[in-house]
Amino acid sequence: MSLRFCFRSPWTEYDYFQYHPMEEISSWMAQMAKEYPDVVTIVDYGKSYENRTISLMRIGLKTDAKKKAIWMDCGIHAREWIAPAFCQYFVRQILQTYKTDTKMEAMMTNMDFYITPVLNVDGYIFSWTNSSTRLWRKNRSPGPSGDCYGTDLNRNFDANWGTVGVSSDCNSNIYPGRGPISEPEAQAVTYFVGSRKEDFLCFLTIHSYGQLLLIPFGHPDFTASNYDELMKVGEGAAEAIWKVHGKKYRVGTSPAVLYANSGSSRDWARMQDIPLTFTFELRDNGTYGFELPQEEIQPTCEEAYSGALHIITYAHDKTFNGATATAAAAVWTTLLALGVNLM
Amino acid sequence: MGLRRAIVLFALMEVTWSLSVTTIGPETVSTDASAHPEPAEENTEQKEAAEEDVMATGELNPNHYPAQRAAKVVQHYLNLRHGSPYKLFGLKEVHSGNAEEVADSGRKYQLEISVHEIISNTKEKCSAEVFFPSGAKQLSPQVQVSSCEEILKLDAKSEEEALYQQYKTNKTVCTEKRLPDSYGHVDPEMTPFWHLSIVASSFIMLKESTENTLYNMAQVANITQLATENDQLKFDCHVLLHDMVSQEIPQWKLLFTWSPAEGVKVLHTEQLPHIHQSEKQAKPN
Repeated sequence: MSLRFCFRSPWTEYDYFQYHPMEEISSWMAQMAKEYPDVVTIVDYGKSYENRTISLMRIGLKTDAKKKAIWMDCGIHAREWIAPAFCQYFVRQILQTYKTDTKMEAMMTNMDFYITPVLNVDGYIFSWTNSSTRLWRKNRSPGPSGDCYGTDLNRNFDANWGTVGVSSDCNSNIYPGRGPISEPEAQAVTYFVGSRKEDFLCFLTIHSYGQLLLIPFGHPDFTASNYDELMKVGEGAAEAIWKVHGKKYRVGTSPAVLYANSGSSRDWARMQDIPLTFTFELRDNGTYGFELPQEEIQPTCEEAYSGALHIITYAHDKTFNGATATAAAAVWTTLLALGVNLM
Repeated sequence: MGLRRAIVLFALMEVTWSLSVTTIGPETVSTDASAHPEPAEENTEQKEAAEEDVMATGELNPNHYPAQRAAKVVQHYLNLRHGSPYKLFGLKEVHSGNAEEVADSGRKYQLEISVHEIISNTKEKCSAEVFFPSGAKQLSPQVQVSSCEEILKLDAKSEEEALYQQYKTNKTVCTEKRLPDSYGHVDPEMTPFWHLSIVASSFIMLKESTENTLYNMAQVANITQLATENDQLKFDCHVLLHDMVSQEIPQWKLLFTWSPAEGVKVLHTEQLPHIHQSEKQAKPN
């Protein structure tokens, strides 16, 4: 593969429409923090099993006010390469638009975006090793007996852990681990988000494939208290996606639309009272599956961005009806003054 | 009370109302204080999901997994019966579905779906029936398709014939590269054989499908052309399937023949054991 990224000149464009190995993604993250120092901070928030750093990009305009937050993680499953590509695209989009788009500027003022381009660092690197490792899914921690590898990180969170949609065979691709949050990657998210859970309005976890927007809960016997809202916002996001390139994304709970599962990061996030939690399953529907052609990176990212933005904007506007609050306060003040005269 | 005061009072009430609307935050969205999910109550959507776990019967939600899994089986059937190096079918959409128990023998699905011929990018609505037999010995589902004639009659005969003639005696297919490769790329010259492998894999995917699986072909590990036999091109290939439900990658070896006249005929299949060794230590290329 020819060189996809070159540091020699600051004018060299990073190619967002090719897949990048971990080293290039890490370099890109550092470069973004350098190019946008007032807005982007890299936060190292954990270590993988193989002792690699797990990092996120905190993106937002600095203010004195207490900010709300949006969480997005990509690449919890190693083989879903389109997901990290989307996180990188998403970062580029918000950095490119906030200076000219007043809505995005307002959102970056009121909220911080916490974006993890690759959560399962070890697994992602392993999937790049050679063609026979391309379809690896799990992390790289050894199983209890040492002759099997990997825990499915999206079954390892403390959310009805180990109850449904899992296998106790450590060779299985849905092996949930020795116990809830046994895996350092899941621990990293749990501690970081858990210690700030009141701040988070929205938790988006990006996967492929299947063209789905999944809402909690993965266990068929449990319903989210804001199920109707999640469906409404999800359908709105699916419509936003469809408008971009005509791709249909189905919306619903995992057990309804796909299969029951437990221990997912999305379910755990919802149980922390983060109200809007969604799993995105990006393109395609099975023709290419995990090996989505690079030509499809751009349209996939464009439509997913539209969907994610719909959810994020809803979350923001619900909390920060900024214009209305200010206007109402002004009217209140005026009328109080009037009232004093009238009495 | 003077009119002015009444207006002020009314305005104050309005402002108070809009202020209270403004301040709704995420804390008030989830009505229960506890962090734990509520058990399913009157939510019909969730009830449907619970019922579906016990095998959905009657009218199906077309976006939910039971209809979707049955429809995928139709895709495999169409590809096996009508697929070629230049004709490949995909499931575009499920419009409606119905499922019923067939006393002591299995379950039958009736579906209205849209099928997509991927290469010509044409779409057609089809009706299909899928029967999943029950019993200890796992039997293949049976499929019947109707009102789908146009898309199946799509003509790729000249390309098929050209390919057939080219590879019957002169050229030979043999590839080290996976199809698609890690970046989703398939060389244009290999594309017809990637399609052919999907068609041949559909034999296995159809045979192995149940109400608890959802198969796609993930990748061709390799494909080798063998000597032409009885005017049929003959191939040996190693494919990786993906079952969405278990998230596993079952691997199969297939021996099959193809000609424009006869279509794909699968001669021999062999499932490969779950490869653990290569998962432990991957050597960089």
